[in-house]
Amino acid sequence: MSTMTIDKSGPTRKVKYGSMSRDRTWALRWSYFFLTLFAIFSLTPPFYMLITSLKGSAEISAATNPWWVHQPTLENYIQLLTSNQFLRFFWNSAWVSIIVVTVTMLISVPAAFALARMKFWGSATLATGVFLTYLIPDSLLFIPLFKMFAVFGDLTGIQLVNRWYVLLFIYPTLTVPFCTWIMIGYFASIPKELDEAAIIDGASWFQTLTRIFIPVALPGLIAATIFAFTVSWAQFLYPLVFTTSTDQLVLPVGIITTLIKGDVFNWGQIMTGALLGAAPPLIIYAFLMDYYIAGLTAGATKG
Amino acid sequence: MADVSLRKVVKRYDEVEAVRGIDLDIADHEFVVLVGPSGCGKSTTLRMIAGLEDISDGDIMIGGDVVNDVPPKDRDIAMVFQNYALYPHMTVAENMSFGLRLKNYPKAEIKSRVTEAARMLDITDLIDRKPKQLSGGQRQRVAMGRAIVRNPKVFLFDEPLSNLDAKLRVQMRIEIKKVHQKVRTTTVYVTHDQVEAMTLADRVVVMNHGRIEQIGTPNELYHKPATKFVASFIGSPAMNFVPCRLEDAAGKLNVRLTDRLAFTLPPARAARYQALSRTDKLLLGIRPEHVMEARPHAEPGVEPFDAMLDVTEPMGMETLVYFTLEGSQVCGRVSPNAGAQDGSPLRLAVDLNNMHLLNEVTGAVL
Repeated sequence: MSTMTIDKSGPTRKVKYGSMSRDRTWALRWSYFFLTLFAIFSLTPPFYMLITSLKGSAEISAATNPWWVHQPTLENYIQLLTSNQFLRFFWNSAWVSIIVVTVTMLISVPAAFALARMKFWGSATLATGVFLTYLIPDSLLFIPLFKMFAVFGDLTGIQLVNRWYVLLFIYPTLTVPFCTWIMIGYFASIPKELDEAAIIDGASWFQTLTRIFIPVALPGLIAATIFAFTVSWAQFLYPLVFTTSTDQLVLPVGIITTLIKGDVFNWGQIMTGALLGAAPPLIIYAFLMDYYIAGLTAGATKG
Repeated sequence: MADVSLRKVVKRYDEVEAVRGIDLDIADHEFVVLVGPSGCGKSTTLRMIAGLEDISDGDIMIGGDVVNDVPPKDRDIAMVFQNYALYPHMTVAENMSFGLRLKNYPKAEIKSRVTEAARMLDITDLIDRKPKQLSGGQRQRVAMGRAIVRNPKVFLFDEPLSNLDAKLRVQMRIEIKKVHQKVRTTTVYVTHDQVEAMTLADRVVVMNHGRIEQIGTPNELYHKPATKFVASFIGSPAMNFVPCRLEDAAGKLNVRLTDRLAFTLPPARAARYQALSRTDKLLLGIRPEHVMEARPHAEPGVEPFDAMLDVTEPMGMETLVYFTLEGSQVCGRVSPNAGAQDGSPLRLAVDLNNMHLLNEVTGAVL
């Protein structure tokens, strides 16, 4: 038998007191470093837009410091906000977005509920299929879609191309699949017993949806609403293709087509228009931010 | 109020039979507990009564009407779920009144029913709170309140106490019993906890592998189990089983456990087991409380023997002793003053008046 030596001295590594908080301090430093970097990166363009929008056209073309305004003026804002054309774009955008959001919600919330809860033959496949349609890029879809509306116009005599309301048919192809997918996720996170309790309490499927699921999944609903609004507000390719007359244009296309004349760029007004165009989503985000974050991070529905 | 009947009820999921032809009659006002290990089909049975699961075969009747194809909302039942399933965006009062509001009851009626139920469950102060602001026990009370205000024909409970800590579980158990004594609604209660089953039930239904093993009052199940499964499932610590065989000895009947250990059966037992084969492999089933310390003047049928204790567990009012017989661990309950110590011998006695004899192969109690 060999003799065993027992080391009674214990671990030799020195215990580092406070190492946890030191780790944390460094983690925070790096976080702040990258957050600052990211903030600068993403806020520089809007800042540049703001600066430029406050300059007169003379100052823009002059070789002064582009990051500073020497003679601030609201001239661009006044011109745009008093221009019927710009207001027309704004209203077109607003109408399209509001109607698209409403239509999207009216379709995707019941669809998501049906796919998530009313188990029927093929519901799982259908749910995946809904999402797959979202993955097809609009740059592939716009040509066949255009053709479809043109043929539809030839056959029925109902002309939809170059009418702002044609967008009401097109945008939901982008918003409905994604919103349905988001809502399926939310509804799936609601415990099964909750709808069983509602059913036993005497609720119909429709009442279960309206009185239990929609209120409980409100954060998700708001996230989906914001998404749908942002998509329809910022959509560029489809309106560029489908609408051409100036009175039918929405804001993003309108700014580009009317404020760039040949190779003359009206920078001051372009920046002002873009800034004003970014305002509505910004305001909506600000109001619904708390809900939006709650919606993105958690189902948070445990009864 | 109504009686509930199940006739040859079967539930199949694709290839698997979760419930295999159950017959059960539950009388009006009765409190019946379905108990069994997980996967025994008890919850499925309850959900079929509720209408949350379709039945594959057979009939379910509530109040004499076949309800096989009646949707849950028209069955006039109320259910309490394990995870409470309270509507998180509604207050306690709104949760409780949801069903009544859907049925367009008059406001005054709703208010009086909610107030009455809240008073009964002692949650009057919580009526305006949201479920998030309640403790587990309070949530379960609200869930019960939601069932009570509906005044349904049948209450269904699906493991309602499993999410509560041990102390609260005992308290809520009493609460549920009190409520049943007041409202007297026919109740079907599912649990995996045999103590809950024994304490709450008028009758207990023990289920295993999708079948009913035995139906009976708690005392019947405890003292006259029909199968080894019931005998071992009901009671804590569980019944001891020791392999044995019968042998004739000088005109008496012995049950032989080991080469050196055999007990003479009391006359009543001997008469009962006389006809059994002497070669069958049998099990002696004996509950821990019938294995106790030997006393000087033993009653008839109480046979002394010596045991080498492996482990003792002092419980305060009694001490549990564990020893090994023929490879089977046996548990006995002795007085704390009996001098039981780990690893030391103790003279014990077995009360054969309360013994059971089981067929080792079929598990049937003979």
